[in-house]
Amino acid sequence: MPMTITEKILAEHAGLKEVVPGQLINAKVDIALGNDITAPIAIKEFRESGAKKVYDKEKVVLVPDHFTPNKDIKSAEQCKILREFAKEQELTNYFEGGDVGVEHALLPEKGIVLPGDLVIGADSHTCTYGALGAFATGVGSTDLAACMVTGEAWFKVPESIKFIYKGKLNKWVDGKDLILYAIGKIGVDGALYKAMEFCGDTIENLSMDSRLSMCNMAIEAGGKNGIIAPDKITEDYVKERAKRKYKFYSSDKDAKYSQIFEYDTAKIAPQVAFPNLPENTRNITDVGDVPIDQVVIGSCTNGRMEDLRIAAMILKGKKVAKYVRLIVIPATPLIYKQAVDEGLFDIFLDAGAIISPPTCGPCLGGHMGVLAEGERAIATTNRNFIGRMGHPKSEVYLSNPAVAAASAVKGRIAHPDEVMK
Amino acid sequence: MRFKGKAWKFGKDIDTDQIIPARYLNTSDPKELAKHCMEDADPEFVKKMQAGDIIVADKNFGCGSSREHAPISIKAAGISCVIAKSFARIFYRNSFNMGLPILECPEAVDSINESDEIEVDIDTGKIVNLTKNKTFNSQPIPPFMQELINTGGLMEWVKKKVKA
Repeated sequence: MPMTITEKILAEHAGLKEVVPGQLINAKVDIALGNDITAPIAIKEFRESGAKKVYDKEKVVLVPDHFTPNKDIKSAEQCKILREFAKEQELTNYFEGGDVGVEHALLPEKGIVLPGDLVIGADSHTCTYGALGAFATGVGSTDLAACMVTGEAWFKVPESIKFIYKGKLNKWVDGKDLILYAIGKIGVDGALYKAMEFCGDTIENLSMDSRLSMCNMAIEAGGKNGIIAPDKITEDYVKERAKRKYKFYSSDKDAKYSQIFEYDTAKIAPQVAFPNLPENTRNITDVGDVPIDQVVIGSCTNGRMEDLRIAAMILKGKKVAKYVRLIVIPATPLIYKQAVDEGLFDIFLDAGAIISPPTCGPCLGGHMGVLAEGERAIATTNRNFIGRMGHPKSEVYLSNPAVAAASAVKGRIAHPDEVMK
Repeated sequence: MRFKGKAWKFGKDIDTDQIIPARYLNTSDPKELAKHCMEDADPEFVKKMQAGDIIVADKNFGCGSSREHAPISIKAAGISCVIAKSFARIFYRNSFNMGLPILECPEAVDSINESDEIEVDIDTGKIVNLTKNKTFNSQPIPPFMQELINTGGLMEWVKKKVKA
């Protein structure tokens, strides 16, 4: 029976020859992830279950990245729970201090998640790893706790939606715009419970950083997972990083999809999502005059090298507008160092930017750039919900790094062409 | 399980940041989280509601983050049940895993007004609007999920499995 890439990975991990959408399965989990917000609950439940050891100390990964470096005493206590558990369980993959990065940038970078894996994470943006050709989905703390005991998780096999992107990317357009465009078309529940499979010649030529940005936001359309069939670009990315075997899966030609969307990439301009939902997208040319107080370039969506390079290209020799804060957050220590080595920090600092250590920080209104009442930010993050970055009466607009950088210079949401004449 | 309570209505796409804002996520204590339940959707909600009341929402309730703090805050605040046109998938999963009863029923949501008296039978999925004297049948809960509820949530189910 023909299957999609998502169905094949689920079937293999459930020990079944085939699976069909709607089927409930119990599947083996290759990597189970938690962070400083979600893992404390999971650890408590793990202990209450009477279990003594996690199912595999290589496979349970803890990344305290949300409120770190610890923003207050309560956060420090949460992180302490993770640290003590990691020590006790001798977890191979526990990261803190100068080793910690934003989890969904860190795990692919370190080769911890690989093509063909089944990954669960107690963080909704776990779907990021679909960019590597893995099945990866966000779950809650209780799911993580159960998996730490059993090494398994239950799933309802999702129907798949195919998104075909055809054509060359326009100037200043990257993976972020491709996914925002799709969310704008189908809405924040347009892919509810479904697998979002991205393909077409645009995707085949898309960089890994852009692919990670795309799959990262599958959850913003309600998707269970986002996924891209692995290819040469994937192979080049993982071959130096992988410390174990991995497997490339691809969808059969006659696999079944509940819907198929085809987009002409030539028609996709840089996108801006207006408050308070990622589906409120507009072309950059239709934004109008929107003054801003803060710009955030970072997060698990857009805190990678490609993102920092394009921001630096736009900011080089320019100044951040008066009364505007530009916060740049390299997503991992390696990206941080590489940005220093490439001279990007000089450009950011000369422009008047603040450079933050790797953290989720302001993306969820945690710290390192919380908004006051009535303030407005443009951010390369993934959510613009009410109060997401601070006060319930503050606003977040979402964009790619080029638009965010240009906006920092202009003090209002701006097209990169306005500053790159 | 049967619940009777007053309906509190919410719109579509109520995200987890509105249910429990991230500024309160530096703790996982249910009592603390309960104090801020639905705060960014309705700052007065916790003061107005009473134990046993029911949240009635439009489509895609609980979209956004995977934070289990969202269903925890709702349950700890004393809400007996959430009825919505649809739920975001992680919220749906979390609710079953930690034992917050939820029901999908678009017709009931359209019929219920704020403050209507509602009776819900979780086992049969029957929803009765006592104020309007109307009865609705919600989407049946899949057998595996029913098993989770009957066992007392995912961790109890896991414990049983580990022992077996």
